[in-house]
Formats: sequence, C-alpha cells, structure tokens
Amino acid sequence: MILKPRLEDLKIIGFYLGKIILGLAFTMAIPILTGLCFKEPDPAFDFLISIEISVFLGLLLVKTCHTDKDLNWMQGMIVVSLSWVVAMFLGAIPLYLSGHWKTFLDACFDAMSGFATTGLALVQDLDHLSYTHNLWRHLIMFLGGQGIVVIALSFFMRGFSGAFKMYVGEARDEKILPNVVHTSRFIWLVSFVYLVLGTIALGITGIFNGMKPLNSFFHGVCIFMAAFDTGGFSPQSQSILYYHSLVYEVITIIIMVLGALNFKLHYHLWMGNRKEIFKNIETSTLFITIIITFSIVAVGLAQMGSYPSAVTLFRKGFYQLVSGHTGTGFQSIYPQQFLADWNHLALMGVILAMALGGAVCSTTGAIKMLRIGVIFKAFKEDLKRIIMPERAMVIERFHHVKEVFLEDKMVRSALIITLAYIILYGLGALVGMFYGHPFLNALFESTSAAANVGLSCGITNIAMPAALKVTYIIQMWTGRLEFMSVFTILGFLIAAIKGK
Amino acid sequence: MKNNSKTFLIILLLMLAVYPKAAVFCQSLSSSELIGKAKEYDAKLVTYTGEAIGDIMLRGEFAWVNINDGDNALGVWMNVSLAKEINFTGSYKTRGDRVEVTGIFHRACPEHGGDLDIHAQSLRKLGVGRTVNQRLNLDKKNLSIFLFGALILIWILTLFRRK
Repeated sequence: MILKPRLEDLKIIGFYLGKIILGLAFTMAIPILTGLCFKEPDPAFDFLISIEISVFLGLLLVKTCHTDKDLNWMQGMIVVSLSWVVAMFLGAIPLYLSGHWKTFLDACFDAMSGFATTGLALVQDLDHLSYTHNLWRHLIMFLGGQGIVVIALSFFMRGFSGAFKMYVGEARDEKILPNVVHTSRFIWLVSFVYLVLGTIALGITGIFNGMKPLNSFFHGVCIFMAAFDTGGFSPQSQSILYYHSLVYEVITIIIMVLGALNFKLHYHLWMGNRKEIFKNIETSTLFITIIITFSIVAVGLAQMGSYPSAVTLFRKGFYQLVSGHTGTGFQSIYPQQFLADWNHLALMGVILAMALGGAVCSTTGAIKMLRIGVIFKAFKEDLKRIIMPERAMVIERFHHVKEVFLEDKMVRSALIITLAYIILYGLGALVGMFYGHPFLNALFESTSAAANVGLSCGITNIAMPAALKVTYIIQMWTGRLEFMSVFTILGFLIAAIKGK
Repeated sequence: MKNNSKTFLIILLLMLAVYPKAAVFCQSLSSSELIGKAKEYDAKLVTYTGEAIGDIMLRGEFAWVNINDGDNALGVWMNVSLAKEINFTGSYKTRGDRVEVTGIFHRACPEHGGDLDIHAQSLRKLGVGRTVNQRLNLDKKNLSIFLFGALILIWILTLFRRK
C-alpha cells in the first residue's frame, strides 16, 4: 500500500528548501557588487529584484513551514531535487531581465545548464552582455559544480544528521572528512585555492596575449570557474577560439582535468600522498579511456583529412576530446565544424568520451570513472572464473584511496547507474530525432546535455522547439543529480496522487 | 586596341594558371556561409563584414581582431597598421566599429593551430562605433521598491506572529 505524504513531510521539505533558497539569494549579492564596481546599474537592479524575490520566497517557506525535526532519506532527496528546480527558476530571473534571452524558458535553460555545469547556451548577443550577468553565468557553474546543497551546508546550516542525506542526494556519496559539513567546507577550500591560482595563470596569459589587464583577469575568473567546474560557459560567443592562444588552451586543459578528479584524491594529494594519483582506479581508468577515445577521434580525423598536419589534428582533436571527457564543453572549433569536418568515427569518439565523464565526487557528470573501473574489474573477475579451475577462489580488488575488494553490490550499483545513463542518452536522442535531426547529431547533443558536457554540434540554438529545450533541461537536471533524488520526487508525486 | 585586349587576356589566363585558388569573392560573405561551406572557401580571398568585438590582441607586428556579423564571430589576423584603424570594439558599454575585411580565408589555418580564420589584406571602416548610454530602467527600479516593501511587510508579520 502506498502511503500519502503527510502535511508534516511537506512542512519539513518546505523548511529546508526555504533555507537553501535563502543561501542562494545570498550568492546573488556577488553580481550586485560586480555591477557596482563596473558601473553597471541596470544589471545590478536585475539582481536586486532577483534577491528580493528569492528572499521573499525563502522567508515565506522558512516561516510558514518552521520545524525542528530532522530530514529522513525521502525528504532529503526531495529537498535536493526541488532545490535544483527552484534554483533554475530563481537563477533565470536576472538573466531574463537582462533582455539577452528571448524567452523565460531560454533563461531557465541557461540557468539549469549553468547550475548543472553543462555549458549549452541559448544566450543572444553574448559579446555585448554586461560583466554583471557574465559573472553570474559563470558563478552559477561554480556554485552548481560544488553543489547547491554543499553551499548551504558549508555556510548557512549547522551540522545535523539530515545533512548527509542531502549531500548524498546531490550525487556525492563519498565523504572526505568524517563530518559532512567539514567535507563541504574542504571542497570549497580546494576550489578557492585553485580559483586564485587559476585566475592568476589565465589573467597573466591573457595580458601576454594582448588583452587589457582588467578584461584579462575578468575572463580568467570566468574561464577558471567554467573549467574547474567542468561547466563550459565562456564570456565571449567564440568559446576558447576567442583567445587564439595555445598557452590558454594548455592551461584550460590542466584546469579541466583537475576539475574532473575526485575531491577525495585532491585531499590526499594535499596531504602529501602523491602516489595515490598513480594507484587510484579512477585516474588510471581516466588515463586509459582518454587514450582509447582520442585514438578513435584521431583515426576519424585522419580519415577525413580535416587538418593540414598531425600537430593541428592533435591540437584540435585532443582539446575537444578532453573537453568532452571531463564534461566541460569548451570548444576550439565552431559547432558546425563537428558536422562538416569530423566524420562519424571521430564524432563517436567524442560521444563515447562525453558518456564516460570524470571521477565520482568531482564536478563532472556522466557515468564516471569509478563505475567504469568497477564494471571492468567485474568482467575481469568473471573471465578469470571461466579460465581458472572451478575450485579456485577468485577475488578481484582495486585501489580507491584504500584497497577495496570487489563486491556484487558494488557491481550491481555501478551497472544500474550506467544503464540509467545509457537510457537517458538514448531517450534524448529519440526526442532529437523526432524533431528531424539525424541519429548521430541527436545522440551527440543528447549525450552532451545528459552528461553535463556542453559541446554542441549546432542543434542547441534559440530556434529549437520548446519541447526539445525542456527535454534537455530534464536531462541536465537528472544527469547532474544521478537519478536517485529525481526518482524519489517522482515517487513522492505518485504517492501524493495514488496514496491512501 | 586589339593587341591590348589580347595582352589582357593572356595576363588573366596566366594569373589563373599560376594561382588558381585565389578566386575572389567580392560580395561580402556571412560567417554562417564561411563556417558552413568552409571547404569551398578554403584558401580563397573573401570579404567579410561585421562588428569588431572584445579585445584587439596585439601579437608582435600583427593582431587578432574578432569580428561578429550577428551570427558568429570570426578571428581575423591582421597587420597592426590595419588594427589601428579600429577605434571602438563591441562590449556591454560600446558598439564596435563596423568593418569590412578582405583576406584569405582558412578552414584550418596551418599557421594558427588549425583555427578557422581570415588573414586580412585590407580593412575598410563602414561605420564608427560609439559608447552606449547607460540608462536605468524605471520599471525595474519601481519593481525593486515594491518587492522591498513586500519583504518589510513579511518581516513585520513574523514579528507579530512571534509575539
């Protein structure tokens, strides 16, 4: 028998949702300060209005649903999935008010794309967008990459047992430190340290490239946030092509890879345990899959004769590949060039890389390296069982911070999530094909949305049907939260309708 | 007269024989055409018109200028002397100079790491850019005041409720 949710459930969900909204509202003060610094009063007002709406909504929920009770698993999951939807709507308000987004749906698309660190964009006339709005576009990637709930846990909530439930609901099942609030704060510490270093590196490179110092450092901050959080937005419409710089490309590759690594691995590296990077199953799997997928891309590009030399083939092919594999979505080619200059084999290489993603507990989306590694180990174990004598004990283990013995439970979980992602990629491709796009193009864009990558072959544009925009929004949301909290909210809705 | 036209014809044929690829597309091409039919226009002399945007990035005796025609922005590699003719580049606070560049288009430039670009030979300014006046939208101002009032009201109501 399905039980109808009680009023108490709704109150608890509303209370914690309200707190997260208040946390989100606080972050909107940053673009207001930017607007004041750059003397952009009109954009600053867009954010003032958005803050007021957010605080109004947050206060309303906190005051009307006030409770001292803690969250249970179901409530925690629902708070997380609803937080992301509400963040999309609230984050879209200042974007829409700027007049650079044709409809509110387009603004919602970009807001979800930002929070989910995807990078697909429907903004118009980006090259004339204010510093204030541009910073917000990149800031939401930084916030979403760390996790909206992680922000609330780090700065706005005291430790409580429900915190872990929300933390897990946001697709982070690994605690770095014993306390989940300390873990969240560590994630922010890592991000801030890299933010400073990355911005300095990109800012100085920009100046050497001929950019004005202020613009160069502003671009540095934005590009860092988009690269480290594997987001893929950029301050100019040409993405990384704008800079015409090999050094810029190399630095962004380093930042993208750092963003694709597990925060737990960062912790061990910071603690001086450098051997972990070579032993860890995720880094070794990432290394192997990059080599395999790049080989596919390189063969495809060589077949096409798209680039005049091996060096240019490597530069273009490797950049798009790493950008896709880490889930970033920076492009050093135009979207249309994917279809004109890349053959099906090369496109399949990128699609495969996008579908695999980076490490768990990182800012990337997609299936992720730990699951790929676990599935590979399970295959190896089964193969050994066939080859070895029946009485032989076959035990498979792998290194992920510590030595872990492979268990059926782990393999089952990895396979279920992998299957769910494959279905999500396929469903999006079906919708794309319904709107007349060829299979490979539709699969490319769908995988990019669901795996939170942001590479585009040109399907994503303001003229695409509203239903396709909504499909990609759902894919970005589901892909970022790794299904569980989204499934929980669906179950909750069914219980509300059918429950007794 | 007859001799002159014969000489002209011979010179023209010789030019085409020596450099068959350098056909000139006098009519300005759009960025979508250049990107979409990049193979067709590769290594050919093209004319492209748009607004200079962002930074003019000086690199020794040359400079990168990104020019946006409304659909896409293309990178144009030009001599510093040509770049100096541009006074305004597009941003939030400015409309950039509208320029027409003529140069060799590259689908995958061997000199610049395979970038799709244009190596400009000449530049003509079609329109001068300007600073955009910043005006505060009064509707936004009024809305923010109204919302601020609503927030104060909620705060007062919660105070009463507490009592």
